[in-house]
Amino acid sequence: MSHPTESPMGLEAPVTEDPPQLTKKDFMSDQTIRWCPGCGDYSILSQTQTVLAELGLPREQVAIVSGIGCSSRFPYYMNTYGFHTIHGRAPAVATGLKCVNPDLSVWMITGDGDALSIGGNHFIHLLRRNVDLQILLFNNRIYGLTKGQYSPTSEVGKKTKSTPMGSVDHPFDPVQLALGAGATFIARSADVLVKELRDVLKAAYYHKGSSFVEIYQNCNIFNDLAFEDLVARKVRDDRLIFLEHGKPMTFGVKDAPKGIRLHNLQLEVIDLASGEFTEADCIVHDKHNPLLVGMLARMQPPHFPVPMGVLYETLRPCYEEGFNQQVTDAVEKQGPGDLKKLIHGSQSWTVK
Amino acid sequence: MEGVSQKPVEQRTSVTICFAGDSGDGMQVTGSQFTSTSALAGNDLATLPDFPAEIRAPAGTRAGVSGFQIQISSEDIFTPGDAPEVLIAMNPAALVTNLGRLRPAGTVIVNVDKFTQADLDKADLKSNPLDDGTVEGYLVIPVKLSTLTKDAVAPFGLGAKESDRCKNFFALGIAYWLYNRDFEYTRNYIRAKFKEPYLSANLAAMQAGWNYALTMELLQRSFAVAPAKLTPGTYRNITGNEALAIGLVTGTQKAGLRLFFGSYPITPASDILHSLARYKNYNVTTFQAEDEIAAACSAIGASYGGALGMTATSGPGLALKGEALGLAVMTELPLVVIDVQRGGPSTGLPTKTEQADLNIAVFGRNGECPMPVIAACTPSDCFDIAFEAVRLALRFMGPVMVLTDGYLANGSEPWLLPDVDSIPSIPSRRTTEHNNPGGQLLPYKRDAESLARPWIVPGTPGLEHRIGGLEKAENTGNVSYDPQNHERMIHLRQQKVDALAEVIPLAEAFGDDHGVLVVGWGSTFGSIRQAVLSARLDGKAVAHLHLRHLNPFPKNLGEVLRRYDRVIVPEMNLGQLSRMLRADFLVNAQSLTKVQGQPFKISEIRAAIDDVVAKEG
Repeated sequence: MSHPTESPMGLEAPVTEDPPQLTKKDFMSDQTIRWCPGCGDYSILSQTQTVLAELGLPREQVAIVSGIGCSSRFPYYMNTYGFHTIHGRAPAVATGLKCVNPDLSVWMITGDGDALSIGGNHFIHLLRRNVDLQILLFNNRIYGLTKGQYSPTSEVGKKTKSTPMGSVDHPFDPVQLALGAGATFIARSADVLVKELRDVLKAAYYHKGSSFVEIYQNCNIFNDLAFEDLVARKVRDDRLIFLEHGKPMTFGVKDAPKGIRLHNLQLEVIDLASGEFTEADCIVHDKHNPLLVGMLARMQPPHFPVPMGVLYETLRPCYEEGFNQQVTDAVEKQGPGDLKKLIHGSQSWTVK
Repeated sequence: MEGVSQKPVEQRTSVTICFAGDSGDGMQVTGSQFTSTSALAGNDLATLPDFPAEIRAPAGTRAGVSGFQIQISSEDIFTPGDAPEVLIAMNPAALVTNLGRLRPAGTVIVNVDKFTQADLDKADLKSNPLDDGTVEGYLVIPVKLSTLTKDAVAPFGLGAKESDRCKNFFALGIAYWLYNRDFEYTRNYIRAKFKEPYLSANLAAMQAGWNYALTMELLQRSFAVAPAKLTPGTYRNITGNEALAIGLVTGTQKAGLRLFFGSYPITPASDILHSLARYKNYNVTTFQAEDEIAAACSAIGASYGGALGMTATSGPGLALKGEALGLAVMTELPLVVIDVQRGGPSTGLPTKTEQADLNIAVFGRNGECPMPVIAACTPSDCFDIAFEAVRLALRFMGPVMVLTDGYLANGSEPWLLPDVDSIPSIPSRRTTEHNNPGGQLLPYKRDAESLARPWIVPGTPGLEHRIGGLEKAENTGNVSYDPQNHERMIHLRQQKVDALAEVIPLAEAFGDDHGVLVVGWGSTFGSIRQAVLSARLDGKAVAHLHLRHLNPFPKNLGEVLRRYDRVIVPEMNLGQLSRMLRADFLVNAQSLTKVQGQPFKISEIRAAIDDVVAKEG
């Protein structure tokens, strides 16, 4: 389907013939939501429903494909087409679906265990192929549905039911992994960042290609407050930096503004309050620059704020387009298939 | 014909010949050329390519021996022959690994240039088998194949290595003389395949081989095999994998659907992917997935999206796909799954044949997870079985398993081509209609007869719904943990498969209606049929029943089995079908097993029949 408004990457403007005005409620299914009360998933579901309505997408054109885990129950709660598949394999199912039905708006819902552990292989291959769909990775740094084991994004030393003495695994950084796998769109947000999350979801939709969105999500049962020191209202201005393409990178609380500058080929935090530096010293975010994104992705607390928003975007042909183009080309070149020709081949003989 | 043979020509009804050499010697090319030429000459034929798993095992070693056996006949034949009467051996390793298959007093044409001490060492031989009594009792024709080829191609300025590569065409020239075959097909092949100077060199080598055989004193006569009296019609020579690919395309075309083939390369199934990748103008799409699991899952996604998803693999890949197949059973989406069986377990014998995946095909998934299983019995039957798989998958809405094996996949035979227009079209359950107007859509409401659910494709307005691997409530498809509902759904999924017995052919035995019944499935068809034919010629009461539908079985199977005093079940496994027959029908099925990576010989099955008959007295 065509995109309803012009995308930041110069996609064509939409042709919308007064689509029926759907509301968030139209995207809510009749099924009782069974996530734990207080789970971050509720907010992500709600923002997604709002965004789909705001985008003016007809319900039948939306297909939600998920794997296994708490987040992957998502499709049951969406009044669209939905497929709750098996653990880690949503990328493969979504690829098959998008290839044969390229007009659909496909949204893949996954978690840190689903995408990065059991489904790691499919995840990287989906990104390298650049199938045109949205990937929402709910990262809560824990296994929730299996009741509290450490995940591939859990920090070293994490004490869980399966690691009573602390985890000795080094975690993945989903953003760096996506970048390495050749993702063409990488963004980050969090369940509690309501407005920012909606903006990121829209940007992901407008991007033509695999749009990867890591969403920090609180599991209040098994890993409560895992992101609290980043996203809590009191600290987020100082611990997060909201990236905007073409804008200087600044962050910090009102009285203590800070910025990021590039110095000696390294990023560094500068103090904009002392008078030594101004906004003009800050590096301007260029989401098309993969080298810059590589550096941004490595910014870690406590020395750096965590980047939020659209970190990276580039355009590359989508897999399903080339995939289907070959059928068109083959028909053009060889003519539509003639079964008799196929069956007879080039070397047949007749017995009388 | 390149001139008239000076020596006597002996008429034969059938001959079996085996080409064997190093895997780099081009024996598969030589064998295929001999096959196609014989097919065009109107012979019935059956082939058995036999090659190592290694692409190029160390030259000259036994591990690197690649062979190609073919039987050509003026009569109806079913197998590539028990024992070749001519073996063309390009080196010592090829000689000693294939000599045991040669019939007594058979002819061995040997490339004696490759019998130096170094060559014998590579083949792990303490002495020269040409002098130490190994070949005693056979007619050995020593040919300086390498030297003669080198001389023949000298005018074309090839290097020593390149010259030596032409020797398979020299050997083919000898075989063409020996069996009075025409050059035309191979000449065209060489012209299409090679550029100068290789084109001229290969043509010269083949002609030189033919001339050499003609003038050589050692070959006393050549042989002629008249065209077979095959059923009138148009034929082509076909391998199982190619026939299967064409069958899949025909099925989806007749269903008016797009074919989506998700596959991960694996021996011996990869040729299906290769074939389908060339048929894109037939609305065929191929997806080379990152692994076996993604191959199956992408096909499921494609079926969800309204195409017919398919995946093909061999044993190890099937093990990986198990969970995905469960998803297809649970979500009730059509899917065709092909397992080209090879020697197992684990990596096993990748290039050799076996039938040991019947258990995993029928039973190998978690939970009560029934799937229809069908099996092809000859290379050309792979076409029909592929078409049948499409028909069943679309009828009952679910995954269908097709079993073939390495022997069927790579073996070939003349295929009586079907009339395209008389192939029926295949209906599907695709719908855009709401099945409960005014109420809630019922994505799991079933067709009364087949118990199939409707196939609703995303993009259809007003029919939005959710599916998944969690247990479904009957009709609504909503997630349900209700105990009674779960049991009901387990039974429904089983009944769906069982209901297919109403639309598959009845079991029909060939031969006598009493005495001994030989029950087979898959690629053992030819050996069993020929053994049963020969036993009946000797006056024994024997019949042959070959099962193409293994789940569900034909509904009269029990009745047919009980007509016979004794039931023998030859299988290239340890008795997987015989156990199913015993369990389902309480018959005293006697298992005859062979797991050597090689098909049954006719004589092995005949011996089992004779043994049973003798015991009966």
